[in-house]
Amino acid sequence: MIEIQRLVKKFGDFAALGPLGFNFDQERILTVIGASGCGKSTLLRLLAGLETPTQGQIKLDGELITGPHKRISVAFQEPRLMPWLNVADNVELAIWDWPVEERKAAVEAALKKVSLTAFAKALPKQLSGGMAQRVGLARALVGSPRLLLLDEPFSALDPLTRVRMQDHLLEIVGNEGPNVLFITHDIDEAIVLSDRVIVLDGPPATIRRDLRIDLPKPRKRSAADFQEIKELLLADLLPERIGASDAASVAAAA
Amino acid sequence: MSELILNLVRPLGAPSWGRGLADRSSSIIRPLIFPALILLVWQSVGTFQLVDPVLLPTPTRVLGALWDMLSSGFLNPHLAISFQRVLLGFASGVTVAIVVGAITGYSRFWRSIIDPTIHALRTIPGLAWIPMFILWLGIDESSKVVLIAKAAFFPTYLNFMSGIARADRKLIEVGEVYRLRGARLVTKVMLPYSLPFLFVGLRQSMGVAWLVVVAAELMGASSGIGYVLLDGEMTGRAQIVMACMIVFALCGKTTDLIIAKISNRVLRWQDTVEKE
Repeated sequence: MIEIQRLVKKFGDFAALGPLGFNFDQERILTVIGASGCGKSTLLRLLAGLETPTQGQIKLDGELITGPHKRISVAFQEPRLMPWLNVADNVELAIWDWPVEERKAAVEAALKKVSLTAFAKALPKQLSGGMAQRVGLARALVGSPRLLLLDEPFSALDPLTRVRMQDHLLEIVGNEGPNVLFITHDIDEAIVLSDRVIVLDGPPATIRRDLRIDLPKPRKRSAADFQEIKELLLADLLPERIGASDAASVAAAA
Repeated sequence: MSELILNLVRPLGAPSWGRGLADRSSSIIRPLIFPALILLVWQSVGTFQLVDPVLLPTPTRVLGALWDMLSSGFLNPHLAISFQRVLLGFASGVTVAIVVGAITGYSRFWRSIIDPTIHALRTIPGLAWIPMFILWLGIDESSKVVLIAKAAFFPTYLNFMSGIARADRKLIEVGEVYRLRGARLVTKVMLPYSLPFLFVGLRQSMGVAWLVVVAAELMGASSGIGYVLLDGEMTGRAQIVMACMIVFALCGKTTDLIIAKISNRVLRWQDTVEKE
């Protein structure tokens, strides 16, 4: 169980987040969606232990999170690969404290998951954007984390690669993978991937809507219930500009 | 017809095979044009006795003097001792620079304590240190090596410290997410990140080491290329002085080339347009 309890984050006088609280455990993928600058990434950085909360607390299976944690891993918006390390060594970085033999086996398995076994010895400069992002994903998965944080990891990819990566993520996470907290500002992506969507308002980031999505996967973007959810989320994200009745036309244009 | 086939298999945008060869040759020849012109003018000035040949010996006389010193074996021990001084001074100077640079680059606290003093020491002219080193260490090898080490320290320290201090925050965060801290974060993220800076510093330090060895060998030395150069000046043999200058230039260029080659190999991960 991941528990976020009355979390507040201030940078000086600027209130970036909170108070904000929710729990999750049953949902494989929980997506946090919101406009740019609303505090999504601050939430992820707090969960990753890269920022310290001003108030409130985060617990993972009852354990208080006070900094980077072995069972929480992150894939960032950019792949953030160490350019001097090859693909295998980049993945291995996440489990540097494991015994050598276990490390090798885990890296092989992680690269297999993202279909990059043949590129184990390649340097990051030799990879395409999608491949580099897959290495970032393999690095985040290799330590079998309990919670995987994804910060708009596909936003810089071309639309085709993006769809492939979304399918890939669903395959990887499956039914036994880690709980995933996915940050995005792409409504379609949120609906395709998530079992639950939290819409944030802000700053400071607070919950506007907490929506469970029970549609069967894989989800068709053209399906009526998909469009219905999309309209609902669009109305949440563009409340001043759009009435709920106009949401359909905006959705069609998007 | 064969030209047509060659052009068909050639990758788009690549120069033709013939042109590639011509480009390579011209990249070797072009840097030699200016020195060749200088040599031509210099030789003409000497041949036509436009300047007193005692003051400005012709290139052929200088090369003759250099050949005599090499073929007789006279230069070898001097060359060896100069190399020994440069390499010892360089190695000790850059070792200290790397250790101190890593500490001050990583820790703002230590940077605020150590770095201002280092910058103050850096502004003291190199020659001003000579009397102090002679007083402290005597006139033998140690004062010469320390003088070179001191000079080699600064370029490597400044570059390496900047490299560590400016390490990419995003990559450091990756390290932090995977629980790298302290020395481990430095060795696994900050140090590799700052290697390009380090190599710039090492090349500058090596250049400075060759500059300073002359001053060091003027400190009552009885051996070394600097000593031979001084001896040439005292005995009015300008060709010996110039031959020694050529030796210094060749030694400096060779050691710089070695570091540049190592740098290209170590930094092959860099995604740059051009290698030096």
